[in-house]
Amino acid sequence: MPVITIDNQEYSVKEGDNLLQACLGLGLDLPYFCWHPDMGSIGACRQCAVVQYQNTEDYRAGSRGRIVMGCMTQVTDGAIFSLNGDKASEFRKTIVESLMLNHPHDCPVCAEGGECHLQDMTVMTGHRDRHYRGKKNTHRNQYLGPLIHHEMNRCITCYRCTRYYNNYAGGKDLAAMAAHDHVYFGRHQEGVLESEFAGNLVEVCPTGVFTDKSLVNDYSRKWDLQSAPSVCTHCAVGCNTLPGERYGKLKRVHNRYNDEVNGYFLCDRGRFGAKFVNSDKRINNPGLRDEHGRYNIIDPHQALHQLVEACQGDNNIAAIGSPRASVEANFLLKTLAGEQHYSPGFNAQEQSLAQLALSLQQHSAATIPSIKDIECADAIFILGEDLTHSAPRIALALRQSVRNKAYALAAELKLQPWQDAAVRNLAQDQRSPLFVAAVTDTRLDDIAEQCHHLAPDDIARLGYAVAEQISGKANASDEPANTIAQALLSAQRPLIIAGSSCGNAAIMQAAAAIADALALRKNENAGNSMLCLTLPEANSLGQAMLSPNEAPSIEALAERAYKIDTLIVLENDLFRRAPAAVVDKLLQSVTTLIVLDSLETPTLATSQLALPAASVAESEGTIVSLEGRAQRYFPVSECQGERRASWAWLLACLKELGHPEAANIHRFDDITLACSAAQPMLKGITLAAPDHFYRNAGVKIPRQPQRYSGRTAMRANVSVHEPKQTEDDETALAYTMEGLNRHQPGSLLPFVWSPGWNSNQSLHKFQTETGGPLKGGTAGKRLLDNRQNNNNQQKNSQQAVATTAPAAFQASAGQWLLVPRQRIFGSDELSSYSDNLAELLSDASIEINSADASLLQVKNGDGLSLGENLACLRVVINNTIPQGCAAYSVGIAGTFNLTLGQRVSLQKASDWQRPKQADVIASDGGAHV
Amino acid sequence: MSTQLNDPLTRPLTKNIREDRRPTDMAAYEANDGYQSLHSTLGKRSPADCLQIIKDSNLRGRGGAGFPTGMKWSFVPMEDATPGHKYLVCNADEMEPGTFKDRWLLECDPHQLIEGMIISAYTLQADIGYIFIRSEYLLAAQLLREAIADCHAKGYLGDNILGSGFNFELHVHASAGRYICGEETALINSLEGKRANPRAKPPFPQVSGLWGRPTIVNNVETLCNIHHIVQHGAQWFQNLGIGSDAGTKLYGISGRVNKPGCWELPIGTPIRDIFALAGGMEQGYELRGFLPGGGSTDFLTPEHLDLAMDYDTIGKAGSRMGTGTMIVLDDKTCAVGFVKNLVEFFAQESCGFCTPCRDGLPWSAQVLDDIQQGRGTSEDMNTLARQIGFIGAIGNTHCALAPGAMEPLASGIQYFREDFERHLNNGHCPLCHEHNPKGKHDSQHKGQQGVSQGVAS
Ligand SMILES: Cc1cc2nc3c(=O)[nH]c(=O)nc-3n(C[C@H](O)[C@H](O)[C@H](O)COP(=O)(O)O)c2cc1C
Ligand code: SF4
Ligand code: SF4
Ligand code: SF4
Ligand code: FES
Repeated sequence: MPVITIDNQEYSVKEGDNLLQACLGLGLDLPYFCWHPDMGSIGACRQCAVVQYQNTEDYRAGSRGRIVMGCMTQVTDGAIFSLNGDKASEFRKTIVESLMLNHPHDCPVCAEGGECHLQDMTVMTGHRDRHYRGKKNTHRNQYLGPLIHHEMNRCITCYRCTRYYNNYAGGKDLAAMAAHDHVYFGRHQEGVLESEFAGNLVEVCPTGVFTDKSLVNDYSRKWDLQSAPSVCTHCAVGCNTLPGERYGKLKRVHNRYNDEVNGYFLCDRGRFGAKFVNSDKRINNPGLRDEHGRYNIIDPHQALHQLVEACQGDNNIAAIGSPRASVEANFLLKTLAGEQHYSPGFNAQEQSLAQLALSLQQHSAATIPSIKDIECADAIFILGEDLTHSAPRIALALRQSVRNKAYALAAELKLQPWQDAAVRNLAQDQRSPLFVAAVTDTRLDDIAEQCHHLAPDDIARLGYAVAEQISGKANASDEPANTIAQALLSAQRPLIIAGSSCGNAAIMQAAAAIADALALRKNENAGNSMLCLTLPEANSLGQAMLSPNEAPSIEALAERAYKIDTLIVLENDLFRRAPAAVVDKLLQSVTTLIVLDSLETPTLATSQLALPAASVAESEGTIVSLEGRAQRYFPVSECQGERRASWAWLLACLKELGHPEAANIHRFDDITLACSAAQPMLKGITLAAPDHFYRNAGVKIPRQPQRYSGRTAMRANVSVHEPKQTEDDETALAYTMEGLNRHQPGSLLPFVWSPGWNSNQSLHKFQTETGGPLKGGTAGKRLLDNRQNNNNQQKNSQQAVATTAPAAFQASAGQWLLVPRQRIFGSDELSSYSDNLAELLSDASIEINSADASLLQVKNGDGLSLGENLACLRVVINNTIPQGCAAYSVGIAGTFNLTLGQRVSLQKASDWQRPKQADVIASDGGAHV
Repeated sequence: MSTQLNDPLTRPLTKNIREDRRPTDMAAYEANDGYQSLHSTLGKRSPADCLQIIKDSNLRGRGGAGFPTGMKWSFVPMEDATPGHKYLVCNADEMEPGTFKDRWLLECDPHQLIEGMIISAYTLQADIGYIFIRSEYLLAAQLLREAIADCHAKGYLGDNILGSGFNFELHVHASAGRYICGEETALINSLEGKRANPRAKPPFPQVSGLWGRPTIVNNVETLCNIHHIVQHGAQWFQNLGIGSDAGTKLYGISGRVNKPGCWELPIGTPIRDIFALAGGMEQGYELRGFLPGGGSTDFLTPEHLDLAMDYDTIGKAGSRMGTGTMIVLDDKTCAVGFVKNLVEFFAQESCGFCTPCRDGLPWSAQVLDDIQQGRGTSEDMNTLARQIGFIGAIGNTHCALAPGAMEPLASGIQYFREDFERHLNNGHCPLCHEHNPKGKHDSQHKGQQGVSQGVAS
């Protein structure tokens, strides 16, 4: 490790780092703007200036040294710097003064105020008096869509936004325009930002140019937000989030750093979709249907009584859990109903695919990668997924993976990865190979070496062909399998990604076959191979783990030809999962339907008893992400109204019933413990986060920052007396500002703030090093961790892998194979209840290629009716869709009768009219809708 | 433009340039020894030999920085393990205030540049060349395109040139018209279709330049020398110079002299001799000072007239030889307005990448404007001094534009402080009176359209 001297003090620093990273890592405050921990350095803002001396003699001789940029200077052994000397401090102060020439002095009305990096740096450098007498430049702002607010006057021209948006996230519609002190960051024309990751601009921009529009419109300062560590529930990736609450409303979601999962960035579904918790479809009170079919509000005791009654004695009970509910709630429900009567809440297809994903991963000789591992991949093959829409954060990670080629080229020139511009200029468009085989075009096609648009079975066949190439069993002239195989074979860290999107097991099997063949390959990279299998929901894998043995699917329950006295449905909208006919059939055999949910779903609307469940923002729970990482989310705020966490309803019921399994369960932690004891695969879930006994220096962790204001005033309309703060008996967090937010385990970090660092840039104070784990450790516990033993070639792989490819897809006259079109906004249930996203949701469509369209005599915008009244959807002609296949928007109303992989007839709908909808469709530019 | 030295071998660069400045075409060029170097070099001498001659010749870059060309070239990897293109780029962006020397070469003898580029490319084993030309140089661009076509017809460009096995394609690319495009790495970004922001070095373009490939960027005048040197030898070239530098140099003068112009002279010619060629100062005007090498160089004064115009001498006197084209400050022009005009130019031409330049230069310009308009305060001189330290030191900014912009300001204050004080003390200045300068914020932003409006709030 090089030893450097900073202001007369010697420090050992990490080889290859730049001085800015090193200083921040050492806890020294060196101001900066343009450097970003995940995007490296460009040397634009000149804020991180320090003075460097040639050598000791130079230093001793009283030389003034020369100004260098910390972020552009690699640490070398013996280097001598001054950070606090007059020359460097003066320079940095003048930089801020220069940045402030045109900056409006409007902090009080700026949405960034209180968490503004520019404010922090201004104070840090000591700039105070304005010397410039000229007038300020002003700019016009742009409409950038419903999610992001634009206030260009506040720009300090650090170039972070365009570097993030274009270089990092692959966006095309944000640019730096004009020159000198008129540089403008925006779109060429006003309009909705196209990138699915645009929301990160809010956190990337160090000032108030790009801010969260919904926060701006219903504003609170960061210091007034109560927050807690949470986990995104909008897909299976499991990004860590920091929701902020005030006045009982979720104000915004920020990224919660997890070095192995989401790093510094979220997708827009996760960031903005979480606002569903404010939806007016939220349920506040228990409701009981009377004989006239009307709901009457009942009090919680009555409601519990009703629940207990319905579960009493020899009542025939069945229960349907949910892959979007916590492990704990599902476990209690399963306990309540008994294993035979508990369905994890999947439809038959989802269930078999979730089980398959689980068993393939358990038995794979390949590593199950974290997102960070994914970013390290140097050759990638994606089978059957449009990841930007099905597991968005992974798509963003893959945009970084393909840059490994660039880093390799850079290493030859001894360039460090953080030398961002230099590395990009060097590599230009040379990328690590990424191959996509999908049923439609995907949003990663722009970085793919090859894209193959195939029917699902043909994707699987290509996968098997690649696997055979790798294991040397096939003819080398078989293209494109050979090219793909060669790229994967020569890679050090090849990655295979597949998932359940197509509803096709063979695709996942084929992916596993490739990953295994790679792990077992005989070259110098033997043993290295990664297999990532995506699933649709936040706890899909957790549900597969909770009920690994044959458990009834929704269809299976419907098929059971006996009467169900009580059916309890936990946080699950059955009508989204199975065709209406199936659900109706099931419900017909049910006497009492009890639904626990946070939202008024169609299923809840048919219940006899509706129990208001807390959302992810008001409850605690463990969910298992697609990489098998058990992660805990914590309530951000107390439950409003009569809402209770689902687990609390169920635990109360079990207690009332005197259920033996509940005897030792008194609180949330006990459920986690009981579940981990009951299900070996979930053994690790207790380690996802510390239990409620955890204390930091003797006290709980505060959810409110030190400056949280208005504790009395905000309730003054109710009572002028300040109430006692709500106690949180279930977790190690407290609804207060007293306590210590430092040094605790990473899973318990409710916000980032450090003296002098009010913005999210304070994160570095909580990290061991740039991009490294949190000082308190990485949040979550991997349950499938095979990273240790992945070199163990003895491991019995191939167990779950079927070795034979399916037959080639044949288009059949008059019948079309249904394939998916995923949409980041809309395909996920919960986020579609978010007001934020309403403007971006589009009606359901069906995509076919032009040959099929002319056969059917339809054009863009016509209606097509599917099967026997299954659905009627708007036609989109898309020639990437293989002939004989039809891609429908999954998860969007109007398509719930359809099943992936089903063959249906298509017919032009004569008197069809497009459903009424919002005017603006964000994804019109990118994905076909 | 007059030509003083008449032996073509002593003024190799301008020997084909006619009094009427009509361009030399292929026939005329070849009739006067043109493309001889090409015939005698390609396939006949090794690239390594050529490189050695250039190194030995002590040729220094004529684009402004005076970096030894042979040394610059020697950083280009010759046994490149990764096969791919290598690029040679001619910097014909010539936007330095007061500089018009490259234009003369381009418009009058386009083939000379092309021959120089072919020999240079051969030496570097570069297979693709670009002439990055200032957007206003329409005539030159047209002539170059025609000359390139003629070369293709003759087999001087294209594949397997003269059977040597060497391939070279040459393209003319018109700049979008910004001063910063002349900075070699901004030029490269611009060629790639990106914003013309300079790149951080290292890596140097020789290793990772255009499209990430080894690239050499040289000035027009530099490249025009190459084939002469290869043909006549390093010693010949060394002998052309008077002092320590080698070769000839195009020197120019603009301002209140009798015959503003440009001349090819031995490098190291005394400044006084160049003034003599320009016929001295105009009647009624006295020389107060001059910028020796374009708008971004420090003032020198009449006491420096006997210095030799070469890199080291001018450097020691506290300025830079730059492009070798002088701008004259006379006694009827106020240094404040003169300098303000330049600072405003540089502020306007800042690429906007780094803070001291982007925001510091307009700030300096604003202070200068206030001083000129009689609104200055004594504190303003301190502000300017601070600005000079802040913007002017190499390394404080991302590229050399900003330090260059501070050179006339810093030296202007040093030599002509009385002008500044006259403005500060009297609130007006007899010299500035007739120029009717308008304030920056009145004139500069008028009529600006589009997204980035400089509308004052
Ligand atoms: C702001 C700026 C503008 C420049 N403009 C030019 C130019 O117009 N023409 C030029 O030849 N060199 C220009 N240069 C110098 C080039 O960066 C580069 O050093 C030169 O082209 C190298 O050629 P040489 O080695 O032949 O001198 C400029 C440099 C700076 C910093
Ligand atoms: S908009 Fe924000 S991120 Fe972009 S350059 Fe301006 S200050 Fe930086
Ligand atoms: S939706 Fe998925 S990718 Fe997006 S933030 Fe949530 S977990 Fe991450
Ligand atoms: S010094 Fe000026 S021209 Fe050079 S990079 Fe900085 S802003 Fe751009
Ligand atoms: S952070 Fe180093 S120059 Fe901007």
